[in-house]
Amino acid sequence: MKTTSFAKKILNAPYIVWSVIFIIAPLIMVFYYAFTDRSGAFTWNNIIALKNYGETFGRSILYAVVATLICLVISYPLAYIIARSGASKRSTLMMLIMLPMWMNFLIRTYSWLTLLANKGVINTILGAIGLGPFHMINTPGAVILGMVYNFLPYMVLPIYSIMSKLDFSLTEAASDLGCNGFQVIRRVIFPLSVPGIISGITMVFVPSVSTFYISQKLGGGKYLLIGDSIEMQFQSAYNYNLGASLSLVLMLMIIACMFVMNKFADDEGAAII
Amino acid sequence: MKKTVSNIYIALIMIFLYAPMIVMVVLSFNSSSSTSVMSGFSLKWYGEMLKNSTTLTALRNTLILAVISAAISTVIGTAAAVGIDMMKRKWIKSTVLTVTNIPMMNPEIVTGVSMMLLFVFVGKFVGARDVLGFPTLLIAHITFNLPYVILSVLPKLRQTDPHLAEAAQDLGSTPFQAFFKVVLPNISSGIVTALIMAFTLSLDDFIISYFVSGAKFQTLPIVIFSMTKKRVTPDIYALSTVIFAAVLLLLIIMNVLQARAEKKELKAKKAE
Amino acid sequence: MKKTLSVILSLVMLFCVTGFSGCRGKNGSDSETEFNASALKEDYSQAGSAMSSKEINVYNWGEYISDGSEGTLDVVEEFEELTGIKVNYTTFDSNEDLYSKMKSGGISYDVIIPSDYMIERMIKEDMLQTIDLDKIPNYKYVSDDYKGLFFDPDNKYSVAYTGGMVGLIYNTTMVDETPTSWSIMWDKKYDGQILNFNNPRDAFGIAQYLLGYSVNSTDKIQWENAAEKLIEQKPLVQSYVMDEVFNKMEMGEAAIAPYYAGDYLAMYANNPDLAFVYPQEGTNIFVDAMCIPKSAKNKEAAELFINFMCDPEIALANANYLGYLCPITEVVNDDRYDYKGNEVLYPSEPVETEFFHNLDQDTLDLLSSLWEKVKLA
Repeated sequence: MKTTSFAKKILNAPYIVWSVIFIIAPLIMVFYYAFTDRSGAFTWNNIIALKNYGETFGRSILYAVVATLICLVISYPLAYIIARSGASKRSTLMMLIMLPMWMNFLIRTYSWLTLLANKGVINTILGAIGLGPFHMINTPGAVILGMVYNFLPYMVLPIYSIMSKLDFSLTEAASDLGCNGFQVIRRVIFPLSVPGIISGITMVFVPSVSTFYISQKLGGGKYLLIGDSIEMQFQSAYNYNLGASLSLVLMLMIIACMFVMNKFADDEGAAII
Repeated sequence: MKKTVSNIYIALIMIFLYAPMIVMVVLSFNSSSSTSVMSGFSLKWYGEMLKNSTTLTALRNTLILAVISAAISTVIGTAAAVGIDMMKRKWIKSTVLTVTNIPMMNPEIVTGVSMMLLFVFVGKFVGARDVLGFPTLLIAHITFNLPYVILSVLPKLRQTDPHLAEAAQDLGSTPFQAFFKVVLPNISSGIVTALIMAFTLSLDDFIISYFVSGAKFQTLPIVIFSMTKKRVTPDIYALSTVIFAAVLLLLIIMNVLQARAEKKELKAKKAE
Repeated sequence: MKKTLSVILSLVMLFCVTGFSGCRGKNGSDSETEFNASALKEDYSQAGSAMSSKEINVYNWGEYISDGSEGTLDVVEEFEELTGIKVNYTTFDSNEDLYSKMKSGGISYDVIIPSDYMIERMIKEDMLQTIDLDKIPNYKYVSDDYKGLFFDPDNKYSVAYTGGMVGLIYNTTMVDETPTSWSIMWDKKYDGQILNFNNPRDAFGIAQYLLGYSVNSTDKIQWENAAEKLIEQKPLVQSYVMDEVFNKMEMGEAAIAPYYAGDYLAMYANNPDLAFVYPQEGTNIFVDAMCIPKSAKNKEAAELFINFMCDPEIALANANYLGYLCPITEVVNDDRYDYKGNEVLYPSEPVETEFFHNLDQDTLDLLSSLWEKVKLA
């Protein structure tokens, strides 16, 4: 027994030391910087200054929620269709959905700029058939589109993984018992896929709400999100303290969301059982 | 009817997903320097790309960083997973697991910023002039890789019978022998997954690297970021097209190999 | 969540990516300005091999050096080959970014190229070290017009790299009139076709010229009025840009943009519909100069690099590539200089100009918070 506990310590030691120094300590630094000024003295000013960022936070949350909902609406039927396809078609489709993620995300976002520009590819094509030109780039819509595009696979994957394990004989049983197609989805498939939806939502919402590149490129620097403000404080305004307090709020906000989501997931899970 | 609808739906989504890629591939062959209007076919941007020493150095740096950080995080992470699996006290276990989850749940920008603050703070403390560089990048990459390593090895450990190691020890092997001979083979698939996963995560990371990198060691995503801030010429598309082609080729090879292996297995089964 | 992850883990396994090795292409030797002063070459390689440390970090503006693209001379590579010193070349896109990176203390640079007002600030904050001009024999080529300027009256900390003025670039196919005033950037006719600077000093400058203020004002009210003016303009602005302006103006994405005269010339080469004007209210004139930060690790090599950049042949390559004003007298008189006597760079009629000066800390803080207000509005 002694040897085991010794081995346990040896094995765990590097990781525990590592996580204390490089996970816990950085978070403490965020707190430290958020509550001090440039000279290192305690201050509430960074927290008070947050009142100017209400709109930015609001906008970030709004865009992220819209992007998440669009992802959900697109992904749900898609995951269902894929899950019900034959084995080889299934893996090909999943591969096709994952493949763009292996392209650098900066370049993927940048090429949307080429597509959406006033004299870009889409307007050129539409112009050839006598439509447009439409103003698409540098709008909130373009920013949301960028989020949906970049994070869509994060929604498809978890939902698909649940659906692929679903026992579709259940749905047959339900229709045998007189449910129509819609009822089958609402009463049987949807409740079973809730855990996948929940993780999909978190996995899309978190990167969307904290992004900074997408809004800069596709929004033209006009629709600043909270990620942009943080990036600005650190990379050009040299105000680490304000940047830290913004990061702190973002972090707490996400922890709160996560908590609610998990609670929701647990309740749902219990309800299903 | 239903089938047609679903096929159209899938086609639309594929168009959405691949439109930017197609634009990128087509424009990489542009003969002018425009990134939006195709004026003729040429390979000159591929030539420009190969002449650009910054990009090639960055590519090399990215690969070096990905290999080293994946290797280190796999070793530390696997050891940690074994250690966590052996933990008896529930609250310690759950605390460790919660901490493990932090880098995964935190927005990347917060992880990046918080690590930068730590490095800069420590740097000022010890009077170092340039803390940010390869070491800080490596530390950051190992840190965000670790949770993924642990979470891919842990389930494999749970599937392994804990009595196996005990039995081996009863039969006279040391705990280390027991681990390497009995436990390790059982979790090897999890370790390989972890390694590959860590490698790809590190390869693709931009946000965290952006905050903790210095002047001497720039990775490809960081170089691309500064390229898209300037006048963008199609050489960046040429670079992405090459990477895209490499990934695609690899996938196809892997799929073919997999299919062949499956066929062989089938035949072998039939022969029995 | 964990379940999802394990699924993703297994899916990720399928998508292993391995690197590919890029082979290095032959170096195009068709560069027009071949660097071949053999005596100099030896000097540099000797100086280079005498250095104890073989590496320098150079931090420059984006698109601000002849980089070997499309048959130009690759200045950094040339320096590396001659001296054997490795150059880690990275770029920033505003003086404020540069300042922030320097202040963080996380990275040390050996050569930086800030603008006038930022040099003034850095000297004041003791961030720069003196340059030993004896080590820079090519300093003799630098025109007297670029010496003893307000930010460095004794020429102790800086060696001029370029100069220039800000003007208004417009697309003649989209703008019918010939603009003479910054006020066109507030004209509702061009809604969504106007670009503006994505850095506080330059963006505020435009509003200040228009309002008739000094760009170096210390009057709080004036700054607030300028901010109001920018907020008023914001709905018309298509986007806030720095070097992204190249693509946008060349593609005809936007009709009007304020930017540097030198960059206009580069854009004009790709889109002849573009025209340029110095607005009547006045505009910003600037000098960007090479400096060595206090935190530099390799001062000797930094001085060698600065000397190299002042070499008339190298300066010519840069001047032709950049299209900015070149402080090296030899270049300006050289027939190979593409912009010799260029009307945009060297206007025959005097232009009303004002340098940015360093602002006091209170005004800087005010500017920074007002800029955020504009961006968040």
